[in-house]
Amino acid sequence: MDRTTWVNVMSDGKLSGEISGGRLTAETYAENFADLHPPLTQHEALVEADRCYFCYDAPCVTACPTAIDIPLFIREISAGNPLGAAKTIFDQNVFGGMCARVCPTETLCEEVCVREEAEGKPVQIGLLQRYATDTAMTQGRQFYRRALPTGKTIAIIGAGPAGLACAHRLAMKGHMVEIFESRPKSGGLNEYGIAAYKTVDGFAQAEVDYITAIGGITIHHEKVLGRDIQLNELASGYDAVFLGFGLGGVNALGVPDADANGVRDAIAWISELRQASDLSGVAVGRRVVVIGGGMTAVDAAVQVKGLGADEVTLCYRGPQERMKASEYEQELAQTRGVVIRTNMQPKNVAVEGDRVTGMAFERDGETVLIPCDQIFRAIGQTLDGGVTGASGLELAGGRIKTDADGRTTMAKVWAGGDCVAAGDDLTVTAVAQGRDAAESIHGALSA
Amino acid sequence: MADLRSEFLGIKSPNPFWLASAPPTDKEYNVRRAFEAGWGGVVWKTLGLDPACVNVNGPRYGGVWGPDRRLIGFNNIELITDRPLEVNLREIKSVKRDYPDRALVVSLMVPCDEESWRTILPMVEETGADGIELNFGCPHGMSERGMGSAVGQVPDYIEMVARWCKANTRMPVIVKLTPNITDIRYPARAAKAGGADAVSLINTVSSITSVDLDSFSPEPSIDGKGSHGGYCGPAVKPIALNMVAEIARDPETHGLPLSGIGGIETWRDAAEFMALGAGNVQVCTAAMTYGFRIVQEMISGLQNWMDEKGHANLDSFVGRAVPNVTDWQYLNLNYVTKARINQDLCIKCGRCHIACEDTSHQAITSMVDGKRHFEVIDKECVGCNLCVNVCPVESCITMEPLAVGAMDKRTGQVVPETYANWTTHPNNPGRVQAAE
Repeated sequence: MDRTTWVNVMSDGKLSGEISGGRLTAETYAENFADLHPPLTQHEALVEADRCYFCYDAPCVTACPTAIDIPLFIREISAGNPLGAAKTIFDQNVFGGMCARVCPTETLCEEVCVREEAEGKPVQIGLLQRYATDTAMTQGRQFYRRALPTGKTIAIIGAGPAGLACAHRLAMKGHMVEIFESRPKSGGLNEYGIAAYKTVDGFAQAEVDYITAIGGITIHHEKVLGRDIQLNELASGYDAVFLGFGLGGVNALGVPDADANGVRDAIAWISELRQASDLSGVAVGRRVVVIGGGMTAVDAAVQVKGLGADEVTLCYRGPQERMKASEYEQELAQTRGVVIRTNMQPKNVAVEGDRVTGMAFERDGETVLIPCDQIFRAIGQTLDGGVTGASGLELAGGRIKTDADGRTTMAKVWAGGDCVAAGDDLTVTAVAQGRDAAESIHGALSA
Repeated sequence: MADLRSEFLGIKSPNPFWLASAPPTDKEYNVRRAFEAGWGGVVWKTLGLDPACVNVNGPRYGGVWGPDRRLIGFNNIELITDRPLEVNLREIKSVKRDYPDRALVVSLMVPCDEESWRTILPMVEETGADGIELNFGCPHGMSERGMGSAVGQVPDYIEMVARWCKANTRMPVIVKLTPNITDIRYPARAAKAGGADAVSLINTVSSITSVDLDSFSPEPSIDGKGSHGGYCGPAVKPIALNMVAEIARDPETHGLPLSGIGGIETWRDAAEFMALGAGNVQVCTAAMTYGFRIVQEMISGLQNWMDEKGHANLDSFVGRAVPNVTDWQYLNLNYVTKARINQDLCIKCGRCHIACEDTSHQAITSMVDGKRHFEVIDKECVGCNLCVNVCPVESCITMEPLAVGAMDKRTGQVVPETYANWTTHPNNPGRVQAAE
């Protein structure tokens, strides 16, 4: 197709309708995708650690889904014992390194830090956690050893945070673990879903290697549940099964022309970006609309902007206070040049030929048309029906129903992470659920 | 405006803040900078007889740090001046000539024979210095040679040397005392008996600041070995305050002029020493930590406090706390306090709770009606003040006295109007009968 048929000139004279990469210099790409929170130096860590009051029954611990003993690990940093601090973290959360990078600490531990109450400046728990875990991982220090072999083998579906947290804890207990992962690489959303600037320098894979170094964990890649393996067979062939897969389905936009050329699913696009060896090869529009109000929407919008889009508008259907992206994330988007507009109910995609030319929304009874040449959907994900269909797993709210220990309604099958009803789309919650399910599985197998 | 001018043993200075005999007062260059910064006086670093002392050529200081690496304790193994006597004397003369309004006292340490003192005293007198301070305090190095604290630990020697000095100079004589002794009153009494005009205290405390856990050498480490040094800085202030107070309230030395030394960093520290009887104060570690400019805060702080409290001059508050220092047996056992937590200031760290719960009286809640809430349980609270001390927020927890007639829920007793102490307490086997 002749490109000129859909190229428009914007009011400021810039070309529109172009979806391409390579607009920026190598330095600008590097700058836009540099570590969002650069690590603390030793001096910075010591100064920050001194701010912790070592609270009793600390609110930060209560707020942490994995209940890391935060005051203790900070005290260990203060005392010049970062390896002790790392172990304190990993004891509760073997993904302490990634959680230090991606946890929305501003709505978890740091939000309830007493220094937030005292002076509006919480202790930088996330950065201190990263300091400790980086110290241990850089030195390759392993803290755990497998218990004597139990002779039991557990199958795990999904090598993401839930699956690997479960696998690591099971390995500690002396069980063998076989993981079936649908993608070519392990890590789940850590590898495929999180914004690139939150986990730089191949950290996701390094962390998988660090965690699986305990041994006893075998990962089979590109094995899809329902296609290559069947749940019923796993349940009968293994001593237990843990389901730790993500949400394979994405919500449909449900408006006319939603499948026009230029409309993309944000998750799939981020996954491509994360696997791109060269960011200049990732194509974005000149003017881009991102639909959604959660972390994925922000991750997509900020990265689209960072890849050289001129105008990026993040449109959320509800009011700002209902946006799932934290205030910090919203501010990040805004300071990176993303415009956030709220109460924007998607109405239809404007097309010319087969190309997107804009996105129409309804707001307060009016139609608002935002001209654009690319649209990203970041409006939530769903459990892929093919995965669980006819398995006998009971669902709740569209996700797998579990009890407090992660047991599903199916015998010998546990589940955790994004696929369960109790999940909240946070890495740290997935880790907690994987870990706790492992304890439950171990209890059941030891009984 | 309150008058900060100080007169100590007739030595005048524009304010009561002197620099103590120490590295900051070892050279003309430093002392001139100190006077330019506003210090009221200096005690020149200790002179000895030639040949001059030598120092180690490795680290001579060790540190103890608090949060944010604030230096809270400091020690040294430096000896008295390592410069020739003649150089020091020339510089002292030059500085005194140029700063006639500042106090310039010279610290001295020579062997324990009258001839040595008779030799050095006229040389100092000739410089025009305002007085001398006898260094009987340094606990390291010089003490091994029979000087410094080796003298200060033997009251008879103190008295003897003080007497020699009084006999051989017209200058006022201050005796600097070592804290490395069981009862500070004895050396102070000896100094007075020898005719000394004043005592200054404290010198440094014998100490090892830390041990290197790789080399197993004490710090500061000289080629893998360490020697005890003299400890100073904010950490020693409470020890110094007590020793100053002990001398101030001892009937035998009451009224003997005192120069307060030991961990003074701010105007408030200085005012506390003076309230306990010090006529002026000497500072070293704070200046070595932050530079001479800190005296500006000390001057303005003391000035503002005196103005606010209506103290027209230093005499208005010097010694005012001395009558309030007493023996434990005279403390009022009918004075009952309870801790109070200001809920508006509380940041809910829970440290008061865990300190009380784990180590004391189980008198602070952590949870009330299912909510994180810290509140004093009067029935258990003995008023010990631990919670006040561990609370990170100033004034959040206070100790409030129960009014006369109020019921102490812990004991079930009503707070009486009368004062009562241990001397008459029924549990005291040696109690005296209260007068009928």
